[in-house]
Amino acid sequence: MSTTATSPVPGKPQPGKPQPDTQGATEKAPVLSAKPVTWKVPVLLTVLGVVAFIFFGVMGPNQTAKFGISSSGDFFQLPAIEVPAFLGGIILSVLMLGLAAYALYLKTRNEPSPGWVPVVFIVLFVAAFLIWVVGGARTPSISLAGLIAGSVTLAVPLVFGSLSGVLCERVGVVNIAIEGQLLGGAFTAAMVATLTKSPFIGLLAAAVAGAVVSMVLAVFSIKYLVNQIIVGVVLNVLVSGLTGFLFSTVMQADKARFNSPGRLPIIDIPVLSSIPVIGPILFKQSVVGYLMYIAVIVVWIGLFKTKWGLRVRAVGEHPQAADTMGIKVNATRFWNVTLGGAVAGIGGSFFTLVAIDSFTKEISGGRGFIALAALIFGRWNPIGAFFAALLFGFADNLQSIVTIIGTPVPSQFMAMLPYLVTVLAVAGLVGRSRPPAASGIPYVKG
Amino acid sequence: MTEQDRPKHVADENAVEDRENQAPAEDAAATTALDTAGGAMQPSAVPVSAQSGTVPGGPETLVRRIFTGSGMVSVLAVLLALILGGLLIASTDKQVGTTAGYLFARPSDFFSAVWTAATRSYVALFQGSVFNTRGSSVAVQFAPLMETLTIATPLITAGLGVGLAFRAGLFNIGAQGQIIMAGILAAWVGFALHLPLGLHLLLALVAGIVGGAVWGGLVGLLKARTGAHEVILTIMFNYIALYFLRYLLNTPAFQRPGESNPISPILDPTAVYPQIFGTQYRLHLGFVLAIAATVFVWWLLNRSTVGFEFRAVGANPKAALTAGINVPRATVLVMAIAGALAGMSGVAQVAGTEKVLTDGVAATYGFDAITVALLGRSTPWGTFAAGLLFGAFRAGAVQMQIQTGTPIDIVLVVQSLIVLFIAAPPLVRALFGLNPRKKKAATAGMSKKAATTGGAA
Repeated sequence: MSTTATSPVPGKPQPGKPQPDTQGATEKAPVLSAKPVTWKVPVLLTVLGVVAFIFFGVMGPNQTAKFGISSSGDFFQLPAIEVPAFLGGIILSVLMLGLAAYALYLKTRNEPSPGWVPVVFIVLFVAAFLIWVVGGARTPSISLAGLIAGSVTLAVPLVFGSLSGVLCERVGVVNIAIEGQLLGGAFTAAMVATLTKSPFIGLLAAAVAGAVVSMVLAVFSIKYLVNQIIVGVVLNVLVSGLTGFLFSTVMQADKARFNSPGRLPIIDIPVLSSIPVIGPILFKQSVVGYLMYIAVIVVWIGLFKTKWGLRVRAVGEHPQAADTMGIKVNATRFWNVTLGGAVAGIGGSFFTLVAIDSFTKEISGGRGFIALAALIFGRWNPIGAFFAALLFGFADNLQSIVTIIGTPVPSQFMAMLPYLVTVLAVAGLVGRSRPPAASGIPYVKG
Repeated sequence: MTEQDRPKHVADENAVEDRENQAPAEDAAATTALDTAGGAMQPSAVPVSAQSGTVPGGPETLVRRIFTGSGMVSVLAVLLALILGGLLIASTDKQVGTTAGYLFARPSDFFSAVWTAATRSYVALFQGSVFNTRGSSVAVQFAPLMETLTIATPLITAGLGVGLAFRAGLFNIGAQGQIIMAGILAAWVGFALHLPLGLHLLLALVAGIVGGAVWGGLVGLLKARTGAHEVILTIMFNYIALYFLRYLLNTPAFQRPGESNPISPILDPTAVYPQIFGTQYRLHLGFVLAIAATVFVWWLLNRSTVGFEFRAVGANPKAALTAGINVPRATVLVMAIAGALAGMSGVAQVAGTEKVLTDGVAATYGFDAITVALLGRSTPWGTFAAGLLFGAFRAGAVQMQIQTGTPIDIVLVVQSLIVLFIAAPPLVRALFGLNPRKKKAATAGMSKKAATTGGAA
């Protein structure tokens, strides 16, 4: 994990003009000294810690929260974890405040907080939040295994989407069109799988469809030098309109012939899938689910351990240098963006081949944008993006579970959570997230 | 075509002036990501002139704008998008499918079926948006036009907001959220407070504008303070606003008494916009305000110091900073004004068209506004015209679906194709065979970089 040190950025407030600010501490944040350590992380952690202490601790519920770990079909049974919500909230929030104090202490010595501090803080915060939510519910008991398994399932398209984003942005092309790639993949998967009566061919077709959407992005942004964000935004609208139009005219007219793709089978690896908690997550997935793990690992190894990855990153960070070294910048960009689209397309097939077995309008429901957020939250790193996507899947799943067990928190706020977290993330909770330097900038030789 | 030899001419004689003219005047949007996305990129890695869609040339007059490449490309782009949309409509048409079966036996049948399918939809689109030839009276005949203006109202104001931010180099995807926040506040003032006529509407308008301005300004503040990218922030703020609205509509303060659906009480009659041409049309005062807003933005951008600062920041933030412009302040201010403009759309929705607050208050106006601003090339009057065009599409599509069964989604396709083509003039020129000769001429005496400019011109 990188440090939280912020280099002077153009667009930062000037030192000569301190602006009025109600949060006293952040006032000193933008100092254009040689190596400033910002107040952002310590202050944010302190604020969140205090919030956690007040809400999860002092005002915490008095019930005992019960978290089931094993499901009935498991290899061996583990006892459920029972936490007194009040005590748990107090302990966890005190730990959080401790971390915040540590970050503040480091700040006074002008040292950046190490990367693990915010990560541990987030884990603690999520745990305290869970205890608080479950402890305050009508039935203070949830299955942790089910919660996590459901989160992974919901995260599948997000992971694919954010991997697509990683592949594109690492090579210097901003991919706002993830949503369109997912949607295109979902539509094509449903259509082709129904026509060929094979979900596997549908899966392949989804990859092709995603790649085609991406190629439009690539052609317009690389050959015609159109602003990449514009192309991305417009492509989302285009794919939404196209799939919506074809859905209304073709699919709805004859559902049996065009829109009943059938599902990809869930492949259950014997014995291993009976391990509590991790069994269902790792060894009881559809092909798309297994592909997700493979894709994350392959993309990570590819980007950081191979010659290809080095070239890709060089193109994304400094295309001129890469060009000087004989790398074909625009060709690399084109094929990488196409590959990214194919990955997102596979993710899109999840909607129509795994989750439900038919296509409806706007089936991706804005998940492409969450994938974009996951990509940034995960700092343009495949592994980071994977865990960020898991976190968003977790929030999504928690929202539906929480509605069932009945908590005092309105479900709309739970739904809002991923977006709020992303705002905090991009505003600097997890250090400064730095995109590849040439991301969004077309390359013109000469 | 005078612009054919322009690039060479200008580049040779007055390259500096050429660059000055291009950067701020035309595609502020295109220059946007250059400096905002990476932030850390060295200056002049990519010449601004290499961006597509810029037209080198002197000061632009209205007549010039229409007849130079830019105007021509816009027309051709719309034409091309309509043709492609027509082909899409035809491809799913039953009659076309039947005649395609014996295409080689009687090709004329096939082509006439394609023509019929496409034109039938477009005629219905026209009748539903501009002039209904089958209307029994003049009032009925012009009803579609009034509907177009009604739908164009929020598109124009939100489009102005998006376009203004473009000019300052900011990608404001957040019109949707700004409309929602404005709608919430304006609606609340409208149904919860009971004030005298005039004052009530004014307060609702102000509340909405403030709501939008705060929601937009917050993004500007976060960007200026933390360097977070505004695209991500605005997307997230859209969702936050939407869920906040959904939450509110389930609380006693906002939900209509005795109603289980998430819908607010109807706004007081004192708080709604008066209808301009009588009660038979939905067209309301909001449209007049939209015209006023267009004039205001024109004045702001072209005649005020603040607007000059915005454009300077949009053209080159580093240069603007060096020139003593307070870039963070400009960022916050432009986002707040953009939010305020989008807020006017929210007010137009709750106080004009809908008269209640639902979770569909913003419909897709916030996203359509992006395409409107892009089509209008971020100029106030261009945005106004684009808003009218897309308003016509929206209004006509409803009639088109009723009359011919062509789904409304075709409008999305046509809209996005228009913007895509307009953003890539070389493609449009190539498709209409206007490109090759010029490219050769431009390459002759210039470097490759400049050739790209020539091609784009």
